[in-house]
Amino acid sequence: METITSDVAIVGAGGAGLRAAIALAESNPGLRIALISKVYPMRSHTVAAEGGAAGVIKDNDSFDNHFNDTVAGGDWLCDQDAVELFTHEAPKELTRIEHWGCPWSRQADGHVAVRSFGGMKVERTWYAADKTGFHLLHTLFQTSLKYPAIERYDEYFCTDIVAVNGACQGVVALEMRTGQLRFFRAKAIIIATGGAGRIFPFTTNGAVKTGDGMAMAYRVGVPLKDMEFVQYHPTGLPGTGILITEASRGEGGILVNKDGYRYLQDYDLGPPDPWPRKKAMELGPRDRLSQAFWHEQQQGRTIKTVDGEVVHLDLRHLGEAKINERLPMVRELSRSYVRVDPVDAPIPVRPVVHYTMGGIDTDTNGATRIGGLFAAGECACVSINGANRLGSNSLTELLVFGARAARSAADYVAGGASAVSDGLLMEQVEAAENRVLTLFRKTNGNEDIVGLRRELTATMEAGAGIYRSEDSLRESCEKLQEIRQRYSSIELRDKSNVFNTDLTEVLELKSMIDVASALAVSAYHRTESRGSHQRLDYTERDDKKFLRHSLATYSAQGEPHIDYRDVVITRSQPGERAYGGNQD
Amino acid sequence: MTRRPYIRPVRRYSWWLSQPRYVRYMLREVSAVFIGSYTLMLIVGLLRLSQGPAAYESFLNAVQSTAGVTLSLISFIFALYHSVTWFGVTPKAMPLRMGGKAVPPAIIVGAHWLVWAIASLLILLWVGV
Amino acid sequence: MRQAFRQLEVLRYDPDTDSAPHFQTYEVPCQDDWVVLDAINYVKENLDRTLSYRWSCHMAVCGSCGLVVNGESVLACHAFLRDYPEKIRVEPLGNFPIERDLVVMIDDFVEKLRTVKPYIVSKKERAIEFGETLQSPEKLAAYKQYADCINCLLCYSACPQYGLNDNFVGPAALALAHRYNLDSRDVGRSARADVVASNPGIWECSFVGACSEVCPKNVDPAASIQQMKIAITADYFMRLLMPWRKP
Repeated sequence: METITSDVAIVGAGGAGLRAAIALAESNPGLRIALISKVYPMRSHTVAAEGGAAGVIKDNDSFDNHFNDTVAGGDWLCDQDAVELFTHEAPKELTRIEHWGCPWSRQADGHVAVRSFGGMKVERTWYAADKTGFHLLHTLFQTSLKYPAIERYDEYFCTDIVAVNGACQGVVALEMRTGQLRFFRAKAIIIATGGAGRIFPFTTNGAVKTGDGMAMAYRVGVPLKDMEFVQYHPTGLPGTGILITEASRGEGGILVNKDGYRYLQDYDLGPPDPWPRKKAMELGPRDRLSQAFWHEQQQGRTIKTVDGEVVHLDLRHLGEAKINERLPMVRELSRSYVRVDPVDAPIPVRPVVHYTMGGIDTDTNGATRIGGLFAAGECACVSINGANRLGSNSLTELLVFGARAARSAADYVAGGASAVSDGLLMEQVEAAENRVLTLFRKTNGNEDIVGLRRELTATMEAGAGIYRSEDSLRESCEKLQEIRQRYSSIELRDKSNVFNTDLTEVLELKSMIDVASALAVSAYHRTESRGSHQRLDYTERDDKKFLRHSLATYSAQGEPHIDYRDVVITRSQPGERAYGGNQD
Repeated sequence: MTRRPYIRPVRRYSWWLSQPRYVRYMLREVSAVFIGSYTLMLIVGLLRLSQGPAAYESFLNAVQSTAGVTLSLISFIFALYHSVTWFGVTPKAMPLRMGGKAVPPAIIVGAHWLVWAIASLLILLWVGV
Repeated sequence: MRQAFRQLEVLRYDPDTDSAPHFQTYEVPCQDDWVVLDAINYVKENLDRTLSYRWSCHMAVCGSCGLVVNGESVLACHAFLRDYPEKIRVEPLGNFPIERDLVVMIDDFVEKLRTVKPYIVSKKERAIEFGETLQSPEKLAAYKQYADCINCLLCYSACPQYGLNDNFVGPAALALAHRYNLDSRDVGRSARADVVASNPGIWECSFVGACSEVCPKNVDPAASIQQMKIAITADYFMRLLMPWRKP
């Protein structure tokens, strides 16, 4: 197997991966940086994020406000030391990317404009029309082209991390256009592969979000933290799951049920007026809005469509001019995919899986417990998002922790890596190679990847959806074990070496099974309701037992071993998440 | 089992037949030929004028013959097509912004037609039509 | 929701077994609100696992799924079946080498993008402490549409000049050069000129305009190229007549 050597290899070229690559190149032009991605960087799912990126900028705002909003939004599961530094670094990172050309929307005086977002006391969401993720990603990608030190390996699918004696040695990747495996030998690896929304059937996430990086880290012994916390975005289009940004509510959009009633007022988020009003009604946190939908659905008050139950997002009162200026993409998406012009009619929406709060366990510097292995972005869990992420914290997270992980990786490399015997190394590299070859050589397989994948997503939705119970979760855990067994009976239908997407989908399914197990088992053991993890059998938050992160550690039997670690509390004691009323 | 990227052959001389928009483009480009030949004809006319009334008379006869009129008509149609498409794309090449907003393309195109109309009127008046 | 069968005629190419690409037809039961990508996904999931293609976001923003459908360059996730007849012919993007089935090599574009320096070239590095560079909404509006390019490459597929001469830098790369040239924070116009103002740069463009017609994001690359022709010509004459002026 050919070896490609670098100082740092980054897996994933979305917002976090690109930010890390640039940070490395700027810190030390002599560093050899390999940026490896299974898709071209501009296809990464950062591109689909719409609403904005949060960072304190207004005179009437403060880091304390951002801190408190985030910690409360996360239902006190956030590590407060991490949130503290996050809030401080946020405006710097957003300013830095402005210097790099990001086309932030502006006030009349030329300063960056900010908008209201869910769960936030003061406007602090910087935005670029309603395509913030797109503009951030393209600004980062185009800026990265300045640095010859960044060598890109586009359409290389990473299959395994190679770690020897508790230290990272590199990754094995499949070059998609030739079908050849390559060993990327590096002193440090940064995983920035994004979340795993595709393990659910209805998601805003694109095809790439299969949790490969999470699974790779998990399999070499890094725990996956807080996997049970999955965010349902309250407003996705029925059928496709296409995201309708929270900004549409930030600009004043309302949610009504089949009676035209703004139902959120019945869920401790009211009163409905005055509107818009921060942290109230439609600007409440995402978990509460999605849960309200579930309850409305139980009561038969949602609207039936061919693509399932929906509620209505009404933007008509905003007027055509404002919609065209602030929400042009929302208008276009709605007109194209559901044939509704928001200027004339309300948009049908429903909660869809959007973000994975959990992920690779890292500290505030992006480091994992394996030397030289770092992670940043949605695939990582620091944790700043806790049990529920506030909208517009994630794009900022990519920049802040992408940069921090890079700095840690650079320090680690400078510190000198220990030598490892080639024998031990090659043993692991060959094991990775065999995993792929086994797939190729399999004959008489009687399992079909599509059917298995559908069963996986179906059991996740049924057992680990917005509301969970012991029975539903046990069923899902058992089903996932069954799927894991049946996986070894998959036979590839496509045996070509050139751009074999049957192969990559089967590899992705393995990642999905691993991530789903970690999620379902973690959820099973957390017998409380907190943030986006809601249980019908344990309806209250239990700070005595569960003011802790779940840590799911891989075991060869399939089901992870679950451990706990206390949440870092510095100055905000768990309180009540108060929304609605009149906050100011 | 290796890569073998396939490069689809390009039809060097007939690529433009594959889509209506390419045909329209070629017609626009070909208009240059007719506008050019018409210009040549006008230059020949000047030449004949300098060669005396008889030469000029025979020039006029040629221009007014069926073939001459047909050619002039074709040239006129092509010139018109060229002008319409040329005026039509000026907002793209010269986007104007006034008072913080983009000037609607229709205004820019309309301004061109207005100038053309005024110029044509003046010329027609001057030649005594 | 009505379901009706459609014939999808898809160009296939497996370098292991094929000497040249060939069409393969599939009968696909389609819902009437589907896009072409949904039909292709159906084929891959239920009829033929060996079909290779790129896709991700399914909302016309990642730019992965560019294809030629019934002769026109479109995004498969934004090509609605309601706009197509029963027979749908699907081919890979034009003017790029075919790697496999509907997957083309886009290396040429990515390299050309790099050469136009698509990033802010500033006079002086601005310290973070000084906050954001001021940019009025007016100045933002001057370049914003050119920043909307999703790099889907439909424009390269539709551009006959790129088809005839693959030296041409091409519509998207040039539109992005223009985006930075117009950005009030940038001073890199002369730095970009060696590629942009060269023969394979803007001068290869004969304003066919197909690029802007197929662009799914209304970037209008054709406009950007013509504007650069004027700007660069003006630059040239300024240098000629007033050589003492700084560029």
